[in-house]
Amino acid sequence: MLSASHLTKEYQSGDHRLVVLRDVSFSIDQGDFVSIVGPSGSGKTTLLGLLAGLDTPTSGTVQLDGTDLTALDEDGRALLRGEKVGFVFQSFQLIPTLTAIENVQVPLELRGEGNVAERSRDVLQRVGLGDRLDHFPTQLSGGEQQRVAIARAFANRPRILFADEPTGNLDSDTGTRIVELLESLNRESGSTVVLVTHDLSLARRSRRILRLSDGALIADERTSGTPAMAGVARG
Amino acid sequence: MADRSRFAGLMGIAWRESRTARRRLLLYMSSISLGVAALVAIDSFTANVTQSVSEQSRALLGGDVSLRSRAAFSATTTRLLDSLATSGVGVSRVTQFASMGTVPSSGNTRLVQVRAVTANYPFYGEITTEPAGAWSRLHGAAHAIVDPAVLISLDAELGDTLMLGTARFVMIATIRSVPGDLGVSAAIGPRIFIPDDRLEETGLLIFGSRAEYDALLRMPPGLSAAQFAGRFNQRFATDTPRVRLETVAENEYDLNESIDQLGNFLGIVGLVALLLGGIGVASGVHAFVMRKIDTVAVLRCLGATSRQVLLIYVLQAAAMGFVGALVGAAFGVAFQFGLPWLLQDFLPVDVRVALAPGAIALGLGVGVWVALIFSLRPLLALRRISPLQTLRRESDATVMRGARRDSAVMVVSFAIVASVLAIAMERAGTFERALWYSAAIGGAIGALWGTAVLLSLGARRVARPSWPFVVRQGVANLYRPGNQTRAVILALGFGVFLMSTMYQVQHNLLSQLDLKLEQSRSNLVFFDVQEDQEPVVDSMIRAAGHTVVQTAPIIPMRIDAINGQSVPSILAEQDSIARAFRASGQRRTTRFRSNWALRREFRSTYRADQSAGERRIAGQWFSPNDTSAQISVEEDVASDLRIGIGDTVTWNVQGVRIPAVVTSLREVTWARFEPNFFVVFNPGAIERAPKQFAILAHVPTSAEMATLQRDVVRNYPGISSLDLSLIQNTISNVLDKVTSAIRFMALVSLAFGIPVLFSAVAATRRERLREGVLLKTLGATRRQVGRIMLSEYALLGALGSLAGVVLSVGAAWLLMKFVFEAAFTPAIVPVLIVGVAMTLIAIIIGLATGREVFQQTPMAALRDA
Repeated sequence: MLSASHLTKEYQSGDHRLVVLRDVSFSIDQGDFVSIVGPSGSGKTTLLGLLAGLDTPTSGTVQLDGTDLTALDEDGRALLRGEKVGFVFQSFQLIPTLTAIENVQVPLELRGEGNVAERSRDVLQRVGLGDRLDHFPTQLSGGEQQRVAIARAFANRPRILFADEPTGNLDSDTGTRIVELLESLNRESGSTVVLVTHDLSLARRSRRILRLSDGALIADERTSGTPAMAGVARG
Repeated sequence: MADRSRFAGLMGIAWRESRTARRRLLLYMSSISLGVAALVAIDSFTANVTQSVSEQSRALLGGDVSLRSRAAFSATTTRLLDSLATSGVGVSRVTQFASMGTVPSSGNTRLVQVRAVTANYPFYGEITTEPAGAWSRLHGAAHAIVDPAVLISLDAELGDTLMLGTARFVMIATIRSVPGDLGVSAAIGPRIFIPDDRLEETGLLIFGSRAEYDALLRMPPGLSAAQFAGRFNQRFATDTPRVRLETVAENEYDLNESIDQLGNFLGIVGLVALLLGGIGVASGVHAFVMRKIDTVAVLRCLGATSRQVLLIYVLQAAAMGFVGALVGAAFGVAFQFGLPWLLQDFLPVDVRVALAPGAIALGLGVGVWVALIFSLRPLLALRRISPLQTLRRESDATVMRGARRDSAVMVVSFAIVASVLAIAMERAGTFERALWYSAAIGGAIGALWGTAVLLSLGARRVARPSWPFVVRQGVANLYRPGNQTRAVILALGFGVFLMSTMYQVQHNLLSQLDLKLEQSRSNLVFFDVQEDQEPVVDSMIRAAGHTVVQTAPIIPMRIDAINGQSVPSILAEQDSIARAFRASGQRRTTRFRSNWALRREFRSTYRADQSAGERRIAGQWFSPNDTSAQISVEEDVASDLRIGIGDTVTWNVQGVRIPAVVTSLREVTWARFEPNFFVVFNPGAIERAPKQFAILAHVPTSAEMATLQRDVVRNYPGISSLDLSLIQNTISNVLDKVTSAIRFMALVSLAFGIPVLFSAVAATRRERLREGVLLKTLGATRRQVGRIMLSEYALLGALGSLAGVVLSVGAAWLLMKFVFEAAFTPAIVPVLIVGVAMTLIAIIIGLATGREVFQQTPMAALRDA
């Protein structure tokens, strides 16, 4: 589903080069639930950006569902994202001027799909926000905002979902419920989930953990933990 | 199908996403509203005036064809008119001249414009009177219909007797309107209509009297004005005295041309305002783009392509631009309906105000286009926003930096220049004039921009570490990344520039007038004084204890020959050369002697000395020992006649040929209130020719002046006199009207700048908010944050005003020197007041826009910003 091959990312900072990722290679199967962990500054977010096609590597390639992302231009990657990729961010990244349901509609409308209102309502009901459709982001709690973001990410049935510290701005109870929601959607829809976190207890809920340190992949381990709870959580 | 539903989806996103930004976007777009308003108002009104001129063109001329001469028609022309009258052409006559009107009951006198008309005048249009319908009673008895000003100034009532020369008339009505007459013309000399058949009784039209003789013709069916002109124009043009023929179409064309020119000139001001609004839109949209970075990054993550992102925001900008232009057009229409009231005294027609759909559509189109093309430049930056911003937010300035090196930005910049050219082309009609217009617009904006850059660089250099922190911080804010210093200075500067230029020019024109009146030592002038009357009038003035300042003899004459070649021969030669050039298709390079100057009647004088209002620019003044005929010629006429020092001009003075050598050329200040002459002879050469006099006197009080005028008119009804202070008052009145129109325009021009200023200030709101909050977090009080903002806006306001004032002094100097050809003294104090007022406005707008910086707590703002 997703494979990274010899990924390196460097930044030029004044006179010296800063290597953020060095020679990272791995692959992820369809339907897997993978965590990327590591301390601050280890290159987690950079890796996520490269895997999702938000940025281009200095060297190496990323294959997403059979397409070489590094061979596409920015708009080509955008179209691929619209078709196959979902995102969940630490700071939710909802569009403040749109209501919950309108936020969920955006990716569908960008693809020119029909029936968008109905489909968006369904997804929001699935994440337990059927009664909050017309609320603006500022009228929702942090957990609710993140559930809208998850609903938006799943609205166009992505092949892969990237979550960047999705619980970072939430208290631990709410955070746990958000991860449970991700797990259940992963199971039900068969989407691959890539979770970036520095919280090991959350990471252990995934099936596989990739450990980064100082820009290098230092461990790739299978966990025993399959998602413990099914069903929809409350935020 | 998929494309269509995708576009519909984008429209939906654009509409919903604009929800909270509509008001703000509309504020930015309102920058163009006043420019659109100006264009719509000017174009609509010009269309209305043109339409009204076309509808009323026959009434404006009074007939289908007008014949006009400065002297009584020749016997040939009179015979021709008589035969035309018998063959079905309607012929009416108007003789106009200035004379003294006296009311015997009060003994008051006043200079008036007499119009002696035949009973069939006018063929078209209607002269309305109070009481109504009195026009038909003008003929058949010694009746007069007068301007209301005649009754007021002569302290008379309807039914009173009015004396013109030796004839008596009963004033039966006052004039309400005369087609084609300007309201202001009546203010200079009130009109009196009398029957043509009573003209001779007045005894006023004698030797040397200045009068204008008009014949108005009504064409019979089957003969058009143009056909008539084609058949007779040459005959009238070569007659002596020369008769000018004008058809209704030519008159309409002349009127329309001057209206179009005025409209074009005002349109340029509107266009500059619109382009300035465009800069305001660009600043505002830049601020808008900054606020949208996060949203766009999310949209990009969700799969929006750069084109889709651009389209979403272009749709928003276009919609709001349309609303902004629509508001402007509505203002423009309201303004258009108010203009006739403002300009009624300066327009030759009763303007019928009606909506002009073409002008409204054009204003809307140009407005939306300007809003769109100017917002496109900052909007293009949205294409470059990386989806990575969702993961790691960089500063606005870093995000926008990449956008500057975008080839599409260059394409848009090029399109902006091309648009300005295209719009100027639409206004100007020809490419050459469009280039001039564009250069003028570019020059005005470029000069302001350049001044803004220089002034802000200067402020940076001047800032000293010893200054208080808040002031230094305020100055430093002028250089923050993404600052809008130049846009703010441009907006402010433009408002001040227009206002101050208008004020400077008006002030200088008025002070010129005062100066000339002061320089002229006389305040009463008698003219049309015959040779035998001159000693009597002179002694009457002196006997009353007043001073005779100057007595100028006036001798009418025509040019007979130049350097021995007769005028007909010169004309024939020039004609054949012109024809030869036309035939060969070459451009004529030799300059001809002007037909007008060769054929006109000169009213010349003789004197031994130069007058104070003239300056010799070549040759020598007359030597008292040399008694041969010599002349000093005014420089422009000399240039028209292509004569210089040493040339001999032979004059025809009442049938006597007098050759005179040009011995000097003079520059004449025509605006001085004293008799000025194209040609001055040395004394002795033409002293014996029949002549009349103009006598200038100084009389201390208005009561003594009235007595003297009454005494002179009683003895000699043919002598006219003019109280110069009356002229001064009249001119002041007219200028007062012009001044209020100018003040109104200046206020409007000031209003142009304000929305632009709002947009420019709003552009840096985010940075300002972050910075203010950071300062508060670091311990700055609200007071300190306020002072920093105060010093920043005070500086911006002062620099903007200074830029405007500096440029306005330059522009006013250019206008005075090249358009009004007069000296220029800058009016400092009032312009400083304008500058201070604008600075205050800048401070108020700045503090009002930045009020969030005061209101936000550091915590809340850090979370949002």
